[in-house]
Amino acid sequence: MAMKVLVAVKRVIDYNVRIRVRSDGSGVETANVKMSMNPFDEIAVEEAVRLKEAGKASDIVAVSMGVKQCQETLRTALAMGADRGILVETDVELQPLAVAKLLKALVERETPDLVILGKQAIDDDCNQAGQMLAALLGWPQGTFASRLELDDGSATVTREIDGGLETVALGTPCVVTTDLRLNEPRYASLPNIMKAKKKPIDIVTPDDLGIDVAPRLTTLKVAEPPKRAAGVRLESVGDLVDRLKNEAKVI
Amino acid sequence: MAVLVVAEHDNETLKPATLNAVTAGLALGEVHVLVAGSGCRAVAEAAARIAGVDKVLLGDDAAYAHPLAEALTPLLVDLAATHDVLMAPATTTGKNILPRVAALLDVAQISDICGIEDAETFVRPIYAGNALATVRSADPIKVITVRGTAFDAAADSGGTAAIEEIATTGGQNLSRFVGQELTRSERPELTAARVVVSGGRGMGSGDNFKLLEAVADRLGAAVGASRAAVDSGFVSNDLQVGQTGKIVAPDLYVAVGISGAIQHLAGMKDSKVIVAINKDEEAPIFQVADYGLVMDLFEALPQLADDLSGSP
Repeated sequence: MAMKVLVAVKRVIDYNVRIRVRSDGSGVETANVKMSMNPFDEIAVEEAVRLKEAGKASDIVAVSMGVKQCQETLRTALAMGADRGILVETDVELQPLAVAKLLKALVERETPDLVILGKQAIDDDCNQAGQMLAALLGWPQGTFASRLELDDGSATVTREIDGGLETVALGTPCVVTTDLRLNEPRYASLPNIMKAKKKPIDIVTPDDLGIDVAPRLTTLKVAEPPKRAAGVRLESVGDLVDRLKNEAKVI
Repeated sequence: MAVLVVAEHDNETLKPATLNAVTAGLALGEVHVLVAGSGCRAVAEAAARIAGVDKVLLGDDAAYAHPLAEALTPLLVDLAATHDVLMAPATTTGKNILPRVAALLDVAQISDICGIEDAETFVRPIYAGNALATVRSADPIKVITVRGTAFDAAADSGGTAAIEEIATTGGQNLSRFVGQELTRSERPELTAARVVVSGGRGMGSGDNFKLLEAVADRLGAAVGASRAAVDSGFVSNDLQVGQTGKIVAPDLYVAVGISGAIQHLAGMKDSKVIVAINKDEEAPIFQVADYGLVMDLFEALPQLADDLSGSP
């Protein structure tokens, strides 16, 4: 039986942008900075689209949360092959617990069989939302997935762990978070970008879903990490070995 | 304040990342170490010897034979009743389990902390370590993962903590362990090694990593790789150092044929001494290297192996 899949996509500063910390320490400059879909979320969308192409998924719902411009991120997901989008629109800074609660409310509305998220957003680097969503739903979780196989009523997930790979069997419905080697996301073609403009996006608010999204962590300041000064250029391997032994004393 | 540190282990040996988390825990209060596993008393005994640990909680249950988040979460939620802080190393195990626990406790998780200001205030890297955020949590229970490289390892001997067997939470039918493929290596583990030698796209092939391994063996070093080398299929992903791989901070990091993308620097820039060997003198890696050698790596590596053959 073909499944319904929900994918979550976050709008973040493009991964190619060298970020700049605001001089007043209040955060990272986001004005006039190129924004894109979180790279791990692109992998999540791609996986959902491949499941649909393989006849294992029937309907793909992409969800994004945050400011109005997150619609652009949803359009990217729709151009890649998602069927429709939902934007939870708010100007409040959403932290992972709030995101998980909002997703849970949407899961209860949409009743998907599988939720796929990126393992981590490259802005706050939290790596939490998928696990938290699974917890709140009481579902199993397959995090850091490098391979996903679906059969009736179960999912087999190969996970990237520190020492190598681990494979787990999960009941469905379940939550899967993506690691880099799961797939290589496609670029949306121009015809698909045009088609995506006609696909529907629903807009809801945290209030509509009855979720309190007040942040639990207060950011007191954001600073640049200590800079490393460039050292010396050496001429030979012999000089290098000598310096490592006698100057740095690390070998 | 009672701090619970979740030990990382394979039922036989305690993983070194636990020792760094204990140091972070001691900055906050009295440390209890949880050893949850199956037939893992030897691990509990090792944990009891860690300097500064007050008590070891041993949860021995076949259901914990593998650290499945679905099995361990109920146990940690129970233990939150008697602890103010739940802490785990920011390894793939800790990162998998702790957010699940935090959500059920309805508290935020503070991920990957690299500094502790006070009992409520922590420093953590964001944007792949290109910025450091200081955050305050007002939640009654703090759930924290710890960046190992930011805290010294606690001594693994000298402690005499008592081992207390605790009630376990039993099996679950959400998930099941199927198998694992661990990379076998005689070399030290990447995140715990004193010296790391890493190769990038410049290595050209997986075969050429033998040149790197020869140097690593002379230095007793772990071998790492950049994401470019992993993406090119030269080596497996568990060798990857960087934002999307492992974070390392050894005494000596040797980057060979690595250009120095931001994503790689995020994984190694806290190393004590950095050496870069690259034939491209414009490579950004030279901006963070203490010692730079502009040289073809295929010349440099055999020479380096030769010159080091007298070293330990």
